[in-house]
Amino acid sequence: MSVGAPKIAVTVAEVVEVNELIKRFRFVRTGGGVMPTFSGGSHIVVDMDDHGTRRLNPYSLMSDPADPSSYMISVRRDDQGRGGSLYMHRHVTPGLQMQIGHPVNLFPLDLRGRKHLLVAGGIGITPFIAQMAQLAARGERFELHYAARTRSLGAYMDDLQARYGDRVHLYLDDQGQTLDLKTLLAGQPFGTHLYVCGPKPMLNWVLSTAKAMGWPDGAVHSEEFLAPPVGKPFAVELATSGKTITVDGNQSLLEAIEKAGVDAPYLCRGGACGQCETDVLQCDGHLEHNDHWLTPEQKASNRKIMPCVSRFHGQKLVLDR
Amino acid sequence: MGLEFNTETFRDDFTFRNSPKAIRRFPFPFPEDSYMYSVNMEPHVPGPKGSVFEHMFDVDEHYLSEMRDRALVLKDDPLRCQSLPHMTLAGWDLLELIMEAKARDYPHWFELHKTGNRWTWINRPMEIEQTFTFLDESTLPYGPMEYITRQTQGDFTLQDQRDNTLWIDAGMVTTQADWSLDFDVGMSFNEWHAPVPLAHQMGVFERALKFLLKLQLGAPVRRFNWTMTVDPLLDTSPENYPKWGPSKATLTPDTVGRRQHLRVELQSLHRLPRSNAIAFPIRAYLIRFEELVSVPKWGRRLHRIIRDIHPDLATYKGFIRNRDMMVDYLAQFDDGQPTSPGWWPED
Repeated sequence: MSVGAPKIAVTVAEVVEVNELIKRFRFVRTGGGVMPTFSGGSHIVVDMDDHGTRRLNPYSLMSDPADPSSYMISVRRDDQGRGGSLYMHRHVTPGLQMQIGHPVNLFPLDLRGRKHLLVAGGIGITPFIAQMAQLAARGERFELHYAARTRSLGAYMDDLQARYGDRVHLYLDDQGQTLDLKTLLAGQPFGTHLYVCGPKPMLNWVLSTAKAMGWPDGAVHSEEFLAPPVGKPFAVELATSGKTITVDGNQSLLEAIEKAGVDAPYLCRGGACGQCETDVLQCDGHLEHNDHWLTPEQKASNRKIMPCVSRFHGQKLVLDR
Repeated sequence: MGLEFNTETFRDDFTFRNSPKAIRRFPFPFPEDSYMYSVNMEPHVPGPKGSVFEHMFDVDEHYLSEMRDRALVLKDDPLRCQSLPHMTLAGWDLLELIMEAKARDYPHWFELHKTGNRWTWINRPMEIEQTFTFLDESTLPYGPMEYITRQTQGDFTLQDQRDNTLWIDAGMVTTQADWSLDFDVGMSFNEWHAPVPLAHQMGVFERALKFLLKLQLGAPVRRFNWTMTVDPLLDTSPENYPKWGPSKATLTPDTVGRRQHLRVELQSLHRLPRSNAIAFPIRAYLIRFEELVSVPKWGRRLHRIIRDIHPDLATYKGFIRNRDMMVDYLAQFDDGQPTSPGWWPED
């Protein structure tokens, strides 16, 4: 569980194969009724029952925030991943009943922005689709720069271009098209906010370029969900609940805690939000910090861990949980 | 309908009174015989029938008189209501939250009819019927936050979330415990809480901010705050301090029971859907000592709390000057018997 609102029971209304890697899923409320209104940039956690294994994966909402009749997400299949996206691709079909969490926004628009400059790579386009719908409805100024490997992998490129015209700029790797980021950033009007969502190398490139060019931190926004990495199994002692559990190689520490029936808070399950932060009571060994929530000092202290993405190897780990 | 709402004043002749029913449902904020700061937040879920927690926004017998008082304050000082330009969307979120809650919880008083974005709002107690276009500011006589908070008891702030903190970027503040929206607007969470003593060292604000940044849609929370007010004045603002501050110096042992009021704020926090801002309603309830001691448990407990409170808190809450007089008065109602845990009036 997590602090907060109860889960929403939904039914899969539609599954669309967008391209060879991406499927789009539309959820409606089971038994009718509208979905909670949300803000562009929000994600939901989808609760999957993968043949007895519970998977909870976050996905950005891409539907129009003004349309409460349904929610839409796009899922990119990750053949090397732990199985959540494969489950969505192989087993989630129209009519299936599922549970989702309430929307949480860790990537909100800064509504003070006089212009919103959106930079997307690959599947990172999804939060921007909802944000652009919200911005367009309010008559706000925005511009999208969207890169993908090929036209066929560039999900929704045609659709976005048709809807927003010359506010959409596309870059295809196989055509040798690249974004001239420095020129783009140099030419922005005062009050522009920059948003980036995509694979890590792209994120680092955009963030470091903006920083080097003097963009204030408060005007630069990014979102990156980490998938929990696979690793070696390890044991962990949960002091508060008096349990010792084993974390499997393809299981996250958080998932192992939940499977043991211990209540642990979470929101993003991707190392970004800080909600699952847990005190480390004893650590004889090495914490593999994979989050981007804890500060370098906190990581070095061995006193905190983010169980959604981080792991351990060594003799003994005791958590306050 | 006229019988459901008091006709009373919160200024000049101060005719404000609590009915016996209002006394029984008063949100007495002390679950035990001592008081110190804490984050003390709990889910804002519906509480017992008839209590101030029954509905998301409590509408009580003081509704119409409080709205008249708010209009008077705004007439004298329009800056009590401010909304920075980027907060208009949060104002719409708040308008929707309040209209839907009131229409759901008090259908005999409020109605909301929607045809697409064309909405009709009926507020029977205030004799208002308004048709407008949701998200189109030009179709309302005021901005959305001002429009709905002129019809809703309690102060409101709207807090924008950026840079890992909250910013008090809009508000309607006419019933405040000596703080100023005009002074605080645009400040960050740590800036506007800077004057509070002790709590910073206790880490209260650090924990509270961390909690609030993660506040979830559909999962509002609430907490109490409290202070003391001489005479049932809603507008105890810094702007008007010269008008009400001196009244503390006119309290006597003969008048303390009648003029001294416990002022309780039922504060709730709601994540807003479109703007991702946080709405912070601060609903003030006043009760004179004479009314409060009619509940024996509360008389005993308030005596012990005021007697034992940390002097820094009594100073910050503005009653250190009259503390001894208050303790002397309340002592008559404390027979030394134990009190039951929790704040409900039952012994």
